[in-house]
Amino acid sequence: MTITDSPPSGEAPPGPRGRVVRRRASGDTERGFSRIFRWIATGAGALILAVLAAVALFLIARGWPAITATPAELADSVPRYPDDTSLVAYVGPLVFGTLLAAVLALLLATPVGMGIALFISHYAPRRLAQGLGYLVDLLAAIPSVIYGLWGFLVLAPVLKPVWFWLGENASWFPLFAGKVSATGKSIATVAVVLAVMVLPIITAVSREVFLQTPKLHEEAALALGATRWEMVRTAVLPFGRSGVISAAMLGLGRALGETMAVLMILSPGFTYSLHLLEAGNHQTIAAYIANDFPEASGLAVNTLIATGLALFVITLAVNMLARWIVARRKEFSGAN
Amino acid sequence: MNTTISAAEAMQQTKEMLTASGQRRKNVDRMMTVVIWFCFALALAPLVSLLWTVLGNGIGRMSIDFLTLSMRNVFPGDPGGGIYHAIVGTLIITGFAALISVPVGVLTAIYLVEYGRGPLARAVTFFVDVMTGIPSIVAGLFVVALFTLILGPGARIGVMGAVALSVLMIPVVVRSSEEMLKLVPNELREASYALGVPKWLTILRVVLRTSVAGLTTGVLLAVARVIGETAPLLIAVGVTDSFNVNPFDGRMMTLPVFAYREYSQGNAPCREGDLGCVTDIAFQNAWGAALTLIAIVMLLNIVGRLVNRWFAPKLR
Repeated sequence: MTITDSPPSGEAPPGPRGRVVRRRASGDTERGFSRIFRWIATGAGALILAVLAAVALFLIARGWPAITATPAELADSVPRYPDDTSLVAYVGPLVFGTLLAAVLALLLATPVGMGIALFISHYAPRRLAQGLGYLVDLLAAIPSVIYGLWGFLVLAPVLKPVWFWLGENASWFPLFAGKVSATGKSIATVAVVLAVMVLPIITAVSREVFLQTPKLHEEAALALGATRWEMVRTAVLPFGRSGVISAAMLGLGRALGETMAVLMILSPGFTYSLHLLEAGNHQTIAAYIANDFPEASGLAVNTLIATGLALFVITLAVNMLARWIVARRKEFSGAN
Repeated sequence: MNTTISAAEAMQQTKEMLTASGQRRKNVDRMMTVVIWFCFALALAPLVSLLWTVLGNGIGRMSIDFLTLSMRNVFPGDPGGGIYHAIVGTLIITGFAALISVPVGVLTAIYLVEYGRGPLARAVTFFVDVMTGIPSIVAGLFVVALFTLILGPGARIGVMGAVALSVLMIPVVVRSSEEMLKLVPNELREASYALGVPKWLTILRVVLRTSVAGLTTGVLLAVARVIGETAPLLIAVGVTDSFNVNPFDGRMMTLPVFAYREYSQGNAPCREGDLGCVTDIAFQNAWGAALTLIAIVMLLNIVGRLVNRWFAPKLR
């Protein structure tokens, strides 16, 4: 770290222990407004933690009535709520749909994202590399509602023949079984769109790690006569493994919380179906909330907030795990 | 960080690989080059297709009327009306979000770079990163939960949207500002201290002034990131067809929500022979709003990068 210490003295000289502690505590070198400014800056930092805590607290507080309500009460006030179902059983298929869409998107996006990262870090002509990197970053700049429009009106018709082909020739595979949707509004289409949406973050993080590969390792591999791919496989990929894992986790976090693209493409349903090509079987938490919230009132609002709490907990866990992995190698994060 | 295999094993592997048949290795290498180029092309395909579709579908709806009228008293199928109310709503709500996020974000970055050490700083760094992953809909729910407690159920005002967006925006501002403040050379700070300038003035007049271009870039990119958010605005601000400039009273329309609303309305029921009725006008409106939105986002991205290129001090 290259942080300057308090102005005149720098680090306190190694002296008697008590003295150091006293200096820190009283902040000898800070007088007047300097001290106030430090409080303001520290307050801003603390505010962020407070906001995150507030998010959790308010979601719990407002979701609580739904969590404690009896199934009968819920069935009365929540539209389309089946009788005799606990809240957990009701939210279960939503959690399943959310995880299914996100994991599928990740399976599609991670290999491609790694390929793009390698392309930019090791394969593209040097001069073009940065510009091409910007191009991929542009994918992250496009608003999700536009992905939704595009996914439904352009991508779904393009993918439909592919899904039909899979449905005809690969229906022995459980994931592709069932009746292929005639509109393409299936979770498979959603997964493809989500994969495009999480590509930029996976690419950005893996690119940073790949670029950090020690030059000497790469040159050593090449000097031993390795081809370029062998150099990548023996020097770059092993070095970047943890980075790629956390990149994938960050992508998973994004895909879990994505709302609009799912809402606009998927034809919803509440089952634990594994038939990816069928429409009307799945729904994600985020899309469910966005769809039902504008018309909800009373206990239905609490139910939606409780579902949101489930989403918050899942994404928080995924992100914290990813950050914990990434924090071991500091220099990058999704936000830069 | 390290390979998980031992050095001896790695040497063995490398030896085997290098003594394998040369032609096969070359073929594999060539194949992987093709695969990796293909991956890149695969990422560009949606980008190009998307931009092309938005441009192609949106340009036809563009007109002065479309940009300067609201949707008030426009019936389904009526080709009149426009997105003026949505543009104004987007600018106001995003502006308020920036007004909240920039001071908090930059001050936090100052805290982390200039003062931060110990458990609080570590916690802030970690949770700022975690916060970048909060789903936007959860931010919207949080704001609704917060404001309906104060204003009663059913409250939908512009400021709620601004707060929701700032929850999403603050971590982005913190991270980018932090990077920029770290770039300020220590010599500048030390020179300032040597002249007897107190720390807070040093930060305001030396550190911030040196990095102002980078900070602007960071803020513009952060704005570009949240300006397209739909879900939190949909649940926290609601929809309206009328013009509303007061973020403290009543619902507001925003561009992304407008695009979604028009999309979800679908084809209009037109009577046969009714020439004043256009069946797919809602989709056209959606594409028009999408084009406007993308234009704003791209503009912010380009201006952001140019600001940094033109005004950044030459440190090296």
